[in-house]
Amino acid sequence: MTNPNGRFGIHGGQYIPETLMNAVIELEQAYDHYKNDPEFNRELGELFNEYAGRPSRLYFAQKMTNDLGGAKIYLKREDLNHTGAHKINNVLGQALLAKKMGKTRLIAETGAGQHGVATATAAALMGMECVVFMGEEDTIRQALNVYRMRLLGAEVIPVKSGTATLKDAVSEAMREWTSRISDTHYCLGSVMGPHPFPTIVRDFQAVISREIKEQMLQKEGRLPDAVIACVGGGSNAIGSFYHFIGDEEVRLIGCEAAGRGVDTFETAATIATGKLGIFHGMKSYFCQDEYGQIAPVYSISAGLDYPGVGPEHAHLHDIGRAEYVPITDEEAVCAFEYLAKTEGIIPAIESAHAVAHAIKLAPTMDRDKIIVITISGRGDKDCAAIARYRGEDIYE
Amino acid sequence: MSNIRKAFTNGKAFIAFITCGDPDLETTAAVVRSAVENGADLIELGIPFSDPTAEGPVIQGANLRALSGGVTSDKVFSLVRELRRDVSVPMVFMTYSNVVFSYGAERFISTCHEIGIDGLILPDLPFEEKDEFQPVCKQYDVDLISLIAPTSENRIAMIAKEAEGFIYVVSSLGVTGMRSEIKTDLASIIKVIRENTDTPCAIGFGISTPEQAKKMADLSDGAIVGSAIIKLLEKHGKNASEYVGAYVKSMKDAIR
Repeated sequence: MTNPNGRFGIHGGQYIPETLMNAVIELEQAYDHYKNDPEFNRELGELFNEYAGRPSRLYFAQKMTNDLGGAKIYLKREDLNHTGAHKINNVLGQALLAKKMGKTRLIAETGAGQHGVATATAAALMGMECVVFMGEEDTIRQALNVYRMRLLGAEVIPVKSGTATLKDAVSEAMREWTSRISDTHYCLGSVMGPHPFPTIVRDFQAVISREIKEQMLQKEGRLPDAVIACVGGGSNAIGSFYHFIGDEEVRLIGCEAAGRGVDTFETAATIATGKLGIFHGMKSYFCQDEYGQIAPVYSISAGLDYPGVGPEHAHLHDIGRAEYVPITDEEAVCAFEYLAKTEGIIPAIESAHAVAHAIKLAPTMDRDKIIVITISGRGDKDCAAIARYRGEDIYE
Repeated sequence: MSNIRKAFTNGKAFIAFITCGDPDLETTAAVVRSAVENGADLIELGIPFSDPTAEGPVIQGANLRALSGGVTSDKVFSLVRELRRDVSVPMVFMTYSNVVFSYGAERFISTCHEIGIDGLILPDLPFEEKDEFQPVCKQYDVDLISLIAPTSENRIAMIAKEAEGFIYVVSSLGVTGMRSEIKTDLASIIKVIRENTDTPCAIGFGISTPEQAKKMADLSDGAIVGSAIIKLLEKHGKNASEYVGAYVKSMKDAIR
């Protein structure tokens, strides 16, 4: 899907300061070398299986299926990975790559904190220094994850600039990278930013769809009819879609955070409300005003609270291969509660956006159809915030 | 010949960066005039952007103040039209790719030409992506300024060969902002640039004192100062123009 200049159709590219160009070129060359290196892949496979707990389960959600009365529903349980989310897949890959490149320090941005925790974890495991940039707003929403990162030995820097959320954390991590390159790898957490990040992150997350395909063939002897995942930058979604892109009969559905609704300003649904732009190193769709100023976005989910979307998703949208639907805070919270009560699984509020769409879609499909929902992370981190959303006075 | 070259015909060039609309456009106009009267050879007008990823805290603050004051690209164009009635030194815009892209590259760049903007500096547009705007810039005779960084190494020759107007040499790693010391081996970088082009080069990032400016101008064709000027605007607000004027004079005198 990638051409040599890191383009996905018209999207992607490398819109970054000259100071970083040799760093991304070096990264691309290292990745091109190691991605086909048997020893690298053996080490990564071992980390995935022995450390992160892969393969993750593909669980048949019988009660949810019966309750909704339509398509069979399977849950891809990325929430069961070590550190509780899909983020670890990418981080183990990038940390191993950085180590091979001789880097001793990882920096990262984080929204909900899951990517920061995963990066801090990999840094601890591999004996690397770690600095995580997190919007000040998010350090309050996700205080427990801040503590986790510090416990793992990382330094967490609250970012006060701009809207003090994920986009500002990305900007600050980029600024930090321009000031210290030689020993530092920027462990970007999603399929975004300048080439080669969208490709590298996708490849490390593609383990999700590779496993879904194998597991589905084993359990059902056929491919699913739809794969549903939530989309902020879009790493768990692209990971869930990737090995199905060539299987035209499989619907690929990304769920964006609509916040209080796509007809309000308090939304983060980029494909529904954004337009083509250039930001954070890439050409893609962004929520922005008529003069190209990036819009302050909003979602109850810190992990989806980002004004852009990865360039490969923008391309899959352009060519009609994937569909993108907005899910409101209220719908996501209802799905969060529904999955907890129905299956005894508390999903991350991000993943609950995907669950919410499946709740709408499944009853419209025949009983012999199959939906896979990627549960990208676990919801423990969100319980206090959801309780507050429901009017309970609970703090972590 | 590019109009920008005129900036380098009066000894070493002093290039002043000012964020448009910080704290308001009237002040920007007064500050530009004061800088020019006191010896600035080229003015970089910053069009504010919500997320200026190449800027340190000082210029980030200026962007924020300007945007919260309601500045838009169209209002900046009007400011330039007004300035061009009496300001004849070369002027360039410094902004981010999305500001140009979202306005429509042709619409933005043709407007630059029409109002008398001589060049465009986009810190998030490296050599590999310059085709995004270069053909349109060429069509409308607006120089797309190239940046060269301490990490450019094997890329310097490639960038220098195609450079237009002037080359913006980034003095150090990191973002814009004042530094106590500049350690990069700039002489070696400038040497490679000189071997590949006769386009003038000026050094920016981290320069605030007359001593630093002198040192940088001795190495190159000029010095670019942003954050130190923005600091004066931050401190003196609407009354900043006389302070900026005195500062520019001290800097130009040091490098003359």
